[in-house]
Amino acid sequence: MRAGQLDALVEAVEDGNGGDGDDDERGAGGVDFDGLRANRDGDGFRFRTPHTERTGLSEAEFREVAESNPWFVSNWYYWTREVGLGERGEQEAATRHHDGASARHTFLRWAENADDYGVPERYEALAEGVSREWGQLCVTATVADHGERRYHLRHVADADADLSSLDVYTDPLEARSIVTYDERGRYRPLKTAPTLRDGWAFTDLDGRSLVDTVDVVYPATIPNWYREREGRLDVSHWDETAERQTGIYDVVDELDEEAVEWIAESCCVDSQCLKRRMWDKDEESELDADRGDGVFPCREPCSLVVAAARKWTTLEREESRTYEFELTPSEKEQVEDIIDAVAEGRTDEIREADVYEGANRYRARFLRAKRFDDEGNLSGTPTDGE
Amino acid sequence: MQALVIVAHGSHLNPDSSAPTYDHADTIRDVGAFDEVKTGFWKEEPSLREVLRTVESDEVFVVPMFISEGYFTEQVIPRELRLDGWDVSQWESDGLSASHATLTASDTNQRVHYCGPVGTHESMTDVLVRRAESVTGDPNVGKGFGLAVVGHGTERNENSAKAIEYHAERIREMDRFDEVQALYMDEEPEVDDVTDCFESDDVVVVPLFIADGFHTQEDIPEDVGLTDDYREGYPVPAEVDGHRIWYAGAVGTEALMADVVLERAAEAGADVDDAVEIVRKRTRGTPAAGD
Repeated sequence: MRAGQLDALVEAVEDGNGGDGDDDERGAGGVDFDGLRANRDGDGFRFRTPHTERTGLSEAEFREVAESNPWFVSNWYYWTREVGLGERGEQEAATRHHDGASARHTFLRWAENADDYGVPERYEALAEGVSREWGQLCVTATVADHGERRYHLRHVADADADLSSLDVYTDPLEARSIVTYDERGRYRPLKTAPTLRDGWAFTDLDGRSLVDTVDVVYPATIPNWYREREGRLDVSHWDETAERQTGIYDVVDELDEEAVEWIAESCCVDSQCLKRRMWDKDEESELDADRGDGVFPCREPCSLVVAAARKWTTLEREESRTYEFELTPSEKEQVEDIIDAVAEGRTDEIREADVYEGANRYRARFLRAKRFDDEGNLSGTPTDGE
Repeated sequence: MQALVIVAHGSHLNPDSSAPTYDHADTIRDVGAFDEVKTGFWKEEPSLREVLRTVESDEVFVVPMFISEGYFTEQVIPRELRLDGWDVSQWESDGLSASHATLTASDTNQRVHYCGPVGTHESMTDVLVRRAESVTGDPNVGKGFGLAVVGHGTERNENSAKAIEYHAERIREMDRFDEVQALYMDEEPEVDDVTDCFESDDVVVVPLFIADGFHTQEDIPEDVGLTDDYREGYPVPAEVDGHRIWYAGAVGTEALMADVVLERAAEAGADVDDAVEIVRKRTRGTPAAGD
């Protein structure tokens, strides 16, 4: 605890304002934050924590008691003065829609489990570092001298890695170089795909920089998670989103419910995206597909899904027809294996010489050599047959 | 608190599409004229639907990184940002003159100053000229040179060609280059015929595009005859039919573009102090990426 923090506390009690320095009318309410209650009435100052209660204090006595409870004072100072908002944050959240600062505040408190533990337990845990998972991110909160929190960020796979083995960054915007490509150097159009590469760390971030960094890795996930916690997440379901589309995407509202189900099943599950799907066909018709277990919600079909749906809309306009193919039972199973391996992104895992795998490249080449004609038609059957 | 939000198209396929938007946002962020500088995209994240949620300020200046007024600036962006009561007539534009309109975003209650696109701003003309300077390495380039401003062009939107012609005419009026011509990919006169359109031995070809991508890296170099296969690359300048073609790539990657973004916001009422001056000085002093 610094002297300035104690001065600020005395001032807040004198002002009858424990939150944000604003002159809202808190009257004799004084400070009431995270178990610390301090105010002043006719009998003098009062200082209270879950373990201490002192009343009728002179200012000098008040300062002395506060000094012997430094964690409560520095905790109050950090949340109300450095992160900002303090107690007013909750009031603001209830009355206003625009709440970027409240979302930041709430996220930082989530990072140190502030809802579940009191100040002493938290300070003890923060001394070691409190870690939580946000998608593939491991967020670690620590406390420095005087109660300032410092945050560290790395890939969950590197949670226990030695820092010297990681590339260390400090500027939130440098995260762009991490999120743009996956491990194999392919562009990641979906930031919440579970393909975030590891091997890096952001160290020693302040609260704002932590939120900025998370926002580069998983854009807008904090404000949406915050709205969900507040019970105000606005979900745009499939029908509403599809109807909103214009231009070349105007057609996607033609897809029927079954196709929307296939979209959710193919695109919006944890293996493809870490957001937890909150949208359905419409408010009444829930989709069966798994929503995922992600910590942050998905409030409407994203641009990738809409763009893919446009292609599927045109494909779904086609009528199916009957083709005749010659395949052995094993070859039919092989076709199924190939589709499955591609759909699951497993083709790279299939060993070069593992011809027991249907999706093995040599097996696929053998099938092609045997069953395709010179035009690439399966079983020699043209696509547009009579 | 005031924020700048630069909105752009972005791409599901090509990371270069958003690169200039990030670069210009960084330049402006560095001068500290705004409490926050954010970017939002149609095809990337944060999406246009959610970008305002990432902004803490009550006062937001939104500048579209688009070349012309049209479908995106008039329909898609205002709709996705949920700009309450938007009507394109608020811009009172002839297709080139959109400056700004002030609205409330119904999603966040922020006051949004929605600006016209960067491409139609008059200072974009300077960026085109600056691009010619940086690609030739000659701050006085002009005498003995022709300049081709290349646009996509489309039958579907007359504003698309308007922006190209507007800047070509303004550069012509500068009387700096021997010849100035507007050329198009999908309209006459076509960029394929660039060498027929100029008498000058040296011609600088500047595509009026926001980002380098399929059109500026693949189509135009092949159409102009710089190379048969874009993958093999091409020299700058390249000899084509007796002309030296100085191909500049997308003008949007020019560092000076940050200046246009800032001017758009300043004209909409952003308090940017002398940031415009600082940005101009910095972006003129720095060679464009790739030079």
